[in-house]
Amino acid sequence: MLRLNDLSKVYATGDRALTDVSLTVEPGQVIGLIGPSGAGKSTLIRCINRLVEPTTGQVYLGDMEITGLSRGALRLARRRIGMIFQEYALVERLTVMENVLSGRLGYVGFWRSFFRKFPPDAIENAYRLLDRVGLSDHVNKRADALSGGQRQRVGIARALEQDPDLLLIDEPTASLDPKTSRQIMRLIVEICDERGLPAIINIHDVALAQQFVRRIIGLQAGRVVFDGSPDDLTPDVLTRIYGEEDWSATIRKADEDGDDAGGEEEDHHASVPVDRERLAGLT
Amino acid sequence: MTGQAAPRTWSRPPFIERAWLRWTLYGGGLLYLVLAVASVEVNWLRVWEGLDRGVRFIQGFLVPDFTSRWGDILQGMEESLTMTVTATVVGVLISVPIGIGAARNIAPLPIYAVCRAIVALSRSFQEIIVAILFVAMFGFGPFAGFLTLSFATIGFLAKLLAEDIEDIDESQAEAIRATGAGWWQVVAYGIQPQVMPRLIGLSLYRLDINFRESAVIGIVGAGGIGATLNTAMDRYEYDSAAAILILIILIVMAAEYLSGFVRKWVQ
Repeated sequence: MLRLNDLSKVYATGDRALTDVSLTVEPGQVIGLIGPSGAGKSTLIRCINRLVEPTTGQVYLGDMEITGLSRGALRLARRRIGMIFQEYALVERLTVMENVLSGRLGYVGFWRSFFRKFPPDAIENAYRLLDRVGLSDHVNKRADALSGGQRQRVGIARALEQDPDLLLIDEPTASLDPKTSRQIMRLIVEICDERGLPAIINIHDVALAQQFVRRIIGLQAGRVVFDGSPDDLTPDVLTRIYGEEDWSATIRKADEDGDDAGGEEEDHHASVPVDRERLAGLT
Repeated sequence: MTGQAAPRTWSRPPFIERAWLRWTLYGGGLLYLVLAVASVEVNWLRVWEGLDRGVRFIQGFLVPDFTSRWGDILQGMEESLTMTVTATVVGVLISVPIGIGAARNIAPLPIYAVCRAIVALSRSFQEIIVAILFVAMFGFGPFAGFLTLSFATIGFLAKLLAEDIEDIDESQAEAIRATGAGWWQVVAYGIQPQVMPRLIGLSLYRLDINFRESAVIGIVGAGGIGATLNTAMDRYEYDSAAAILILIILIVMAAEYLSGFVRKWVQ
């Protein structure tokens, strides 16, 4: 579905953010990308839709090489890639509906979007998505009138309004409280599961990543140093990713998910459907 | 700190580290100030004579005469207000695209350079000088005033708009860009909502500046209430001049209240 081939990024300042990152995301697979601040997590996902221009290497979405596209073709490719941001990145003075409809901008001409004359199916879809994320009552509120969790739900609806083939998610819970963080992560994982949508989630919170995703990639100083199942995150691995620390309290107890840890986890490249029962148990 | 007692006094490190340099700069600055003030020549005899004229002026102010020149005042005010409103509208319309072009974070370098040059050109001339030029080109009257104020508005508004665009929350624009939106759509969705309240506030502020300027440029022949004021002064009709000044103050105050109200409403 998505393939990165020896992706490197050196910023104009000379900072080396990524070095030879290669990885493959299978259809429907949700990946947690962990690593210390400055490891290149944000750079990596921004290189995929070229909000940050990679220095060398290729990005393939399906058969299309994103890194080789012209500006116009890149715009068309970006429509297929939904993005959810840290601090939500909603346009604060626009209404919830306008924010969600902005996911449709790549499909609508300038004047239609300027006068907010979006096609009926886009509007219908926006209403449906707002209902799905539980914001039906807030359609005409301004985005800055919402709470953090509600704003991130708008962010999710905006990304889905694009009808994407891939989600890039940058620290979705960085400014949310622990309960809201879990709700947002659950919503994201559920939606990806419903739609068979692959996603890359940058995440700071190792415990949260272990709870919700089935494949974790560890980034350290711009290199992939771990790629495997959450159960393989031993203190040794965490030390490799983050450096020396006491990791005993961070790592999930093995008995929490002892039931479903079967053979399927061995092959972490396979598409692993999220176990709804397990998630439901944590509500 | 272990073992020994922590100090009980602390003072902020001086702005200039070296003491001799610090005192030389401060002392030099003070000396220059004293010499500069001493070098200003004041003709006290002339001040004494002028005092008399000043008193007559203030007396005129105390009994403003709205009636004897009312026709002229009305015509001047009408010209000034027309000039102000049209110049502000035209100036704002022209300065929006120039302001967008002069914002480094969204405009390509060549466009940025051209727009910044226009801003610099417009800002480098004071209104009076521009008015003298336009009066020479288009003759006396409010048309020259209209052009002057439009020209001055462009420099003011485009510069401040460009700076506001450069200060936006970049992540909102980035999110719009990530959806596959085109450049104009990024401007309309990612940037315009962020800068709109300030643009409206600045436009109203400029309206009020333009009205005050219209009184000044009238003195060099660009029409409006300034011309009426100048005539009144030339004829030593301080009571009529006072009436004009009072009207100007009232209109500026009204504009101030209006803009405060509108700004709160658009926030």
